[in-house]
Amino acid sequence: MYDKILNAVYESLDDISEQLSLKNKLVKSKDTILFGQSGEIDSLGLVTLIVMTEEKIEDEFDKSIVLADERAMSQRNSPFRTVGTFVDYIYKLLEENTND
Amino acid sequence: MIDKPVMVISGTSKGIGRFLVEHYTSLGHQVIGCSRSEAEYSIDNYQHFCLDVCNEKEVKKMFSQIRKNYGRLDILINNAGIASMNHILITPITTVNKILNTNVVGTFLFCREAAKIMKKNQNGRIINFATVATPLKLEGEAIYASSKAAVESLTQVIARELSDFGITVNAIGPTPVKTDLIRSVPKEKMDALISMQAIKRYGEFVDISNVIDFYIKPESNFITGQIIFLGGI
Repeated sequence: MYDKILNAVYESLDDISEQLSLKNKLVKSKDTILFGQSGEIDSLGLVTLIVMTEEKIEDEFDKSIVLADERAMSQRNSPFRTVGTFVDYIYKLLEENTND
Repeated sequence: MIDKPVMVISGTSKGIGRFLVEHYTSLGHQVIGCSRSEAEYSIDNYQHFCLDVCNEKEVKKMFSQIRKNYGRLDILINNAGIASMNHILITPITTVNKILNTNVVGTFLFCREAAKIMKKNQNGRIINFATVATPLKLEGEAIYASSKAAVESLTQVIARELSDFGITVNAIGPTPVKTDLIRSVPKEKMDALISMQAIKRYGEFVDISNVIDFYIKPESNFITGQIIFLGGI
């Protein structure tokens, strides 16, 4: 499951690089800093990343999840900080969703 | 992807919603509607979902199916709404919650999920429902008018937030139209209300579709964040 999530996020990074016409494509690595200090994308880019990834996850796992939920928005350490933290967060959400 | 415009209308079991379904399917749109009850009618190019507009899971599921079935969403009409006329001193909290949930939370949820699909094509039209009860500050309509004031603010703020994605967000503020919504309101109250309009008559369904037709025209892509009230308020 983890790899599928990682791939979904990587696909979103490619799509965003294309859509936002970024000079340097977003690097497909777990360490890539997405948002915040020295982050690669601005707030609008983050919105796009969340929406795109949500859709890909929905298609891949046939599960409907809200990535920007209350918990995510209020965490001291944002799950949207790096690719790695983002993938971990989605993994956790999907596991919880399975247990519902 | 389907080649005709795809439109979502909430609250389509009866009244204005049902009229809009008939109007837009006749104009060649693929229309998806919803209400808490099953639709008691069947029209070509119309698909009905049974759901509560403020239930996030159900709403997300509907929009997910729309994305998968049609591959696009062009127009959202947030028509679902409830009202309850009462003096504030005898208004139950359950009524307040119901009105706010349907009118504000429901409108918000539909805007959010619709915009996610519209964003992909960098094109979309969202039309929310306000009411003349807000600018007229109608006594007995404190919660209904407040809920629709929230819809006005929501409309104007998200018009800005969604403008980067080619999505316009506007609202229509109808006068009383003879539907179930005003069935329990005494006639003298309705007459007093109508006398406050510049044009003193009940609204008709076509008055509403006329404004929506204007908002969704391709040429209206420079019109956003606007609230048009009927009747001259």
